[in-house]
Amino acid sequence: MKQVFGKTNVLSANPTHYCPGCDHGVVHRLIAESLEELEVADRSIGVAPVGCSVFAYDYFNIDFNQAAHGRAPAVATGIKRTRPDSIVFTYQGDGDLAAIGTAEIIHAANRGENITVVFINNGIYGMTGGQMAPTTLVGMKTQTSPYGRDAATMGSPIRVSEIIATLESPAYVTRVTVNTIANQIKTKKAIKNAFTLQKEKKGFSFVEIVCICPTNWGKKPTDAHKWLTENMLPVFPLGTFKDIHGIEKA
Amino acid sequence: MAKVLMKGNEALGEAAILAGCRYYFGYPITPQSELPAYLAKRLPQVDGVFVQAESEVAAINMVYGAASAGARVMTSSSSPGISLKQEGISYIAGAELPCLIVNVMRGGPGLGNINPSQSDYWQATRGGGHGDYRTLVMAPNSVQEMADFTLAAFEYADRFKNPVLMLSDGVLGQMMEPVVMPAPKDYDMDSKKWSLGYTGKDKTARNLCTSIFMGQEELEEHNWSLYQKYQVITDFFKANKDLAVEEYLCDDAEVVLVGYGIISRILKTVVEKCRKRGIKAGLVRPKVLWPFPSDVFAKLADKASKFLVVEMSYGQMVEDVKLAVEGKKPVYFFGRTGGAVPSDFEILNEVDKIVRPD
Amino acid sequence: MSKWVINESLCKGCGICIERCPMKILAFAEHLTPKGVHPSSMTDESKCTSCAICAKSCPDVAIQIYKEEK
Repeated sequence: MKQVFGKTNVLSANPTHYCPGCDHGVVHRLIAESLEELEVADRSIGVAPVGCSVFAYDYFNIDFNQAAHGRAPAVATGIKRTRPDSIVFTYQGDGDLAAIGTAEIIHAANRGENITVVFINNGIYGMTGGQMAPTTLVGMKTQTSPYGRDAATMGSPIRVSEIIATLESPAYVTRVTVNTIANQIKTKKAIKNAFTLQKEKKGFSFVEIVCICPTNWGKKPTDAHKWLTENMLPVFPLGTFKDIHGIEKA
Repeated sequence: MAKVLMKGNEALGEAAILAGCRYYFGYPITPQSELPAYLAKRLPQVDGVFVQAESEVAAINMVYGAASAGARVMTSSSSPGISLKQEGISYIAGAELPCLIVNVMRGGPGLGNINPSQSDYWQATRGGGHGDYRTLVMAPNSVQEMADFTLAAFEYADRFKNPVLMLSDGVLGQMMEPVVMPAPKDYDMDSKKWSLGYTGKDKTARNLCTSIFMGQEELEEHNWSLYQKYQVITDFFKANKDLAVEEYLCDDAEVVLVGYGIISRILKTVVEKCRKRGIKAGLVRPKVLWPFPSDVFAKLADKASKFLVVEMSYGQMVEDVKLAVEGKKPVYFFGRTGGAVPSDFEILNEVDKIVRPD
Repeated sequence: MSKWVINESLCKGCGICIERCPMKILAFAEHLTPKGVHPSSMTDESKCTSCAICAKSCPDVAIQIYKEEK
């Protein structure tokens, strides 16, 4: 018998605290496998956010920094400027990146910092119990929009990838999802592209991953993936908004 | 080395480079913008990194990142900007990282004005940020000390794995005095084997920088170890009094004047004028504000009759003096705010009032 | 040796692998794990093609897949 699939050593042996079916576990694995395949794990440094993935560092066998809410791109800037040969990535949720951290992500992207940002967009705040996020859909009921998000007083969901893509400096900006195995393969490619660009010192890369939050969406994981397809993807279209080095064709 | 005439802010910048600091992250704010401007020019000349961050919040987080990766790193700001940095400073202290934060104090609260003040003493010595932590606080009073204290600050930061805060003010930052720059220090990032991105062959496990400890016992243990570290720092300065405090003519002093930073320069003149008038005045100038030299005051309270604390605020350090004196002798206060730097005449008047109350 | 190996202590019973298995040979087991969930289990390994879709779907990386060598 030959092993066809096993757990990479870049992931730690710790069981995760994530909810059953949560996409964090999948994305962690795609990141870990990408770092392993690119042979950069031993010089990688992750920056964990505040959110469900605050303990992301418990699940990877690489150097990690736990950052204040929203500040990961600034923390990553400090790390990368100090250790330019490290592969530095942030891992952030929609509150961390699109609410409190809007200044930090825009400016790290604008400076063209040679880092990779992984943005987990599930349209809700998980860790704190299901409040509205900047990416929550209009009409969606959350703990802080109990009558449904009202665009007139609460705004509409923010499409961060598109905003980042308007900046001169970013090298690679793409939005993917892991709701099917086919899309998971594309997500891993996107993550690997991003890390490859960083390895080649080609600038700032941004990978937005539309994910489920079964617990706070009030759905079974399998139903949540369907709901994502039908409701999230029309608002957050998949695609690559910037690829100045043509990494996707490489 | 040669004596040069330099502005306080710039002397600090040059000294940082001599200390081996190669990373600066900051944001413009009056009256300290000369410091980032100076480093924007100097750091690229020494293969260092200067980043003008998008805010003081971003800047302190860049410092947190760089410090976790082993850098000798600093930031600077003035009062309102230091307020913005408080969460970041709490993280740096919680994660036990070294760095230098310079506060060139200006008038407050709120936007205040751009004139000098000493109204951030509480912010500096009482935390400012959340949680049970301390920053080592240094208070230079001359351009020479702006330079010398900077080198010391980086050494203390590394030795104690703690953020160090340097309290300057609008006068010290802007004034020009002759200074002899200290000798340069060698600094090697990889001497910090705990730093992120360290890839030495002796690395056996990954390195982690965090300040979250979810378990009750875990966090209690962490806080206890921080507390013990602060005891070590306190004991260090008790054992090295010359580094912590300057005492001038205190041996036979009946009135002890207390002040730090630019105020201490004026108080020295006041002491001399007092002595000429037959008033036995002395001066205690804390050079380190946290840990506060309480034992010096406790001892003096046995000999001296009165204390007069002078600050460019409505009274912050005076509370620490009162605590240290433990009610043994009266502690008086004189302060000016809004940017007024009291003259020696004003202070002499105050001394007169307390020495000759009739 | 098995083609399909699960570390039951990692399984959270999310059911994604069961839904995605193209051969429809996975199902919730009768028993409970120490975590209190019905873990995924193999119902007919002879039909398993070692495609590893289940393993790749698992957020907890609980499944390992092996293939018969020819």
